[in-house]
Amino acid sequence: MSAIATPLPETHGAWKLPYRGKVGMACLIFAESAIFTIFVVAYLFYIGKSLTGPTPRQVLETPIFYTICLLSSSLTIHIASRFLERGRRGAFLLSWLLTITLGALFLYGTGQEWHRLIYEHGLTISTNLFGTTYYSLVGLHASHVIAGLTMLSIVLLFGLAGRVGPEQAGRVNVLSMYWHFVDVVWIVVFTVVYVIGR
Amino acid sequence: MSSDALTIQATEAAGQPWTQVLHGWVTTVDHKRLGVMYILYALFFLAIAGLEAIIIRVQLMRPHNDFVSPQVFNRMFTMHGTTMIFFVVIPVLFGFANYLVPLMIGARDMAFPRLNAFSFWLTTLGGLLLYFSFFGGNGLYGAGTAPDVGWWAYAPLTSRAFSPGHSSDYWTIALLVAGFGSIGTAVNIVATIICMRCPGMTLNRMPLFAWLNLIMGGMVILAISPLTAAQVMLTVDRYLGGHFFDTQSGGSATLWMHFFWIFGHPEVYVLVIPAFAFVSEIIPVFSRKPIFGYPVMVGATACIGFLSLSVWAHHMFTIGMNSYANSFFAITTFAVGIPTGIKIFNWLGTMWGGKLQFKTPMLFCIGFLFQFLIAGLTGIMLGTAPFNWQLSGSYFVVAHFHYVIVGGILFALFAAFYYWYPKITGRMYNETLGKLHFWLFVIGFHLTFDLMHIPGILGMPRRIYTYEPGRGWDTLNFLVTIGAFVQGIAILVFVANLIISYFKGAEAGNDPWDAWTLEWSVSSPPPSYNFASIPTVASRRPLWDLKHPEDPDSRYE
Repeated sequence: MSAIATPLPETHGAWKLPYRGKVGMACLIFAESAIFTIFVVAYLFYIGKSLTGPTPRQVLETPIFYTICLLSSSLTIHIASRFLERGRRGAFLLSWLLTITLGALFLYGTGQEWHRLIYEHGLTISTNLFGTTYYSLVGLHASHVIAGLTMLSIVLLFGLAGRVGPEQAGRVNVLSMYWHFVDVVWIVVFTVVYVIGR
Repeated sequence: MSSDALTIQATEAAGQPWTQVLHGWVTTVDHKRLGVMYILYALFFLAIAGLEAIIIRVQLMRPHNDFVSPQVFNRMFTMHGTTMIFFVVIPVLFGFANYLVPLMIGARDMAFPRLNAFSFWLTTLGGLLLYFSFFGGNGLYGAGTAPDVGWWAYAPLTSRAFSPGHSSDYWTIALLVAGFGSIGTAVNIVATIICMRCPGMTLNRMPLFAWLNLIMGGMVILAISPLTAAQVMLTVDRYLGGHFFDTQSGGSATLWMHFFWIFGHPEVYVLVIPAFAFVSEIIPVFSRKPIFGYPVMVGATACIGFLSLSVWAHHMFTIGMNSYANSFFAITTFAVGIPTGIKIFNWLGTMWGGKLQFKTPMLFCIGFLFQFLIAGLTGIMLGTAPFNWQLSGSYFVVAHFHYVIVGGILFALFAAFYYWYPKITGRMYNETLGKLHFWLFVIGFHLTFDLMHIPGILGMPRRIYTYEPGRGWDTLNFLVTIGAFVQGIAILVFVANLIISYFKGAEAGNDPWDAWTLEWSVSSPPPSYNFASIPTVASRRPLWDLKHPEDPDSRYE
């Protein structure tokens, strides 16, 4: 073989490799992060470059309550999957439902903000660069929330039908990885749009 | 084990009506069938994109030629570039990765078989959408059919004002859809290699093919995603009236260039690293020596992958960046030469003192070594910012990147086709036709792409549909076109060899090359479940250990 002689143990009694679901989801999260990075770069690059109004300072209001909703849903989904691992199905379903409610509240907040921006301030995606980058970045995140809520709801339906038990804990954990990612991305988007961008 | 497998395979295939067979292929989630479909799909588009290249070359054969109109010429070079990158080279590399990775790491299938099938059909849909533009691109405006904005699709060419109709939209959507397919396949390849290895197959014992495809998968995840994001932005601009790349409203055309090349340059390494993977498997077998410097090869490839993420703006020296940016991107570009040089020396080190067998795959690998070296050297030339200012956008650049993609990647691909043909089909290819293909292709390649550098240095810009006589470009362009035809004939010989050998070739047996990796331990073609019992490995060359129990590699590892 090659010049190096690496002595390796020959016993393979316990041959254990990572769970493919987790690795697959981690890869997907890397890919999604790259997509978000490009949108975030575009947002940062175009701050203050709009030729016409309205500007972020004039129209944006920081959505503190809905941000707290989304971030705390990370906690509830974590608790839910712990309950599932211990086989406490009722507690799992309850905290899972709470997660979905918090996510839906956040989505409602986004919708409300968009409604206000469009009807009160006349800001649409084609108004100026701020509109283009704002709706694209926040919309990209919202579409991920929608995808996440859809998957969470499917699990809820299966759970209500009594089909989700501790043996599915691995898969549910993979889904909660995605949900944590959606939350972490919101921290970045929040910082860029409502802190740096104003 | 393997002879049992062979008989089961035979009874499975016997006496099914063709509708059943077709249904089996369309609904399959078997990594081998998907691999073969990827490869055939790529060959189909290779024929189309090759034809487009021939049309381009006939138009440029002599000055003031009017074989095609300027509009058609623009469509031809756009479609040629887009097709070759996204619908020929990526699918064929994914096809080989799909087919070989599970076999090499001792797995029965990929980590996510259904995602695998889904990704393949997404890629297929992408290719069909791109070519549907010839019929549907007119839109309601009656302007433009196929995309004609070049494969970079620089802003503002893609804005509604300059690209009415739907041609640019078909380009965007095709790349978006195929991009999702690519990301799906990359996720699958990475998860397979990390999670599905057979007992004993530590990372340190994986075939280099698996290692390099792991790195390729990681790079696809990081490189294709920015393109996907940029395509979404372009669609927002075109359909929702956004201003990302609209300079009239303060948008930036340069931002598109950055986003495109953040994808575009790593993409080159996404394509070339699997080519390295083929060469790293084939050269040792035909040199009868294990690969020289295995850990260094892995390290150098990871290093190339890492560096390639920070070189993109060397495609943009002429847009006027500041001198710090120019220096940074020139230095990172030069730095890629170091790990690449290490790899070339390691392949030479593998051949050094070996019992070389000049079978067709080995000939293509040797061609790869020489040509990839020259391609790298012209790359260093173009990475030098002042030199680049002189030659950017000239035929010198076209010659350089065709040297990489044809002289490097395509030669390695041909080597892979001949090397694994016996495994995939169960038949040996025809060695005489294989050698004829090699020599014809070498002659055609050098006639075309060696000479193409010269009109570039003499100032011939790329993407012009014709030129004035008497500038010293005439004879050279004529010879370049002749070379293109020679390459076309060589490819016909290749396809004829594939078809004839499939029906008339000698039985290959399990292991025609006396090779060392796990795919050669099963029958040819492998049974649908790959391994009747999952193998256990103790070294990097499990089949060597099996054939030489008196002196196994595992003793030295």
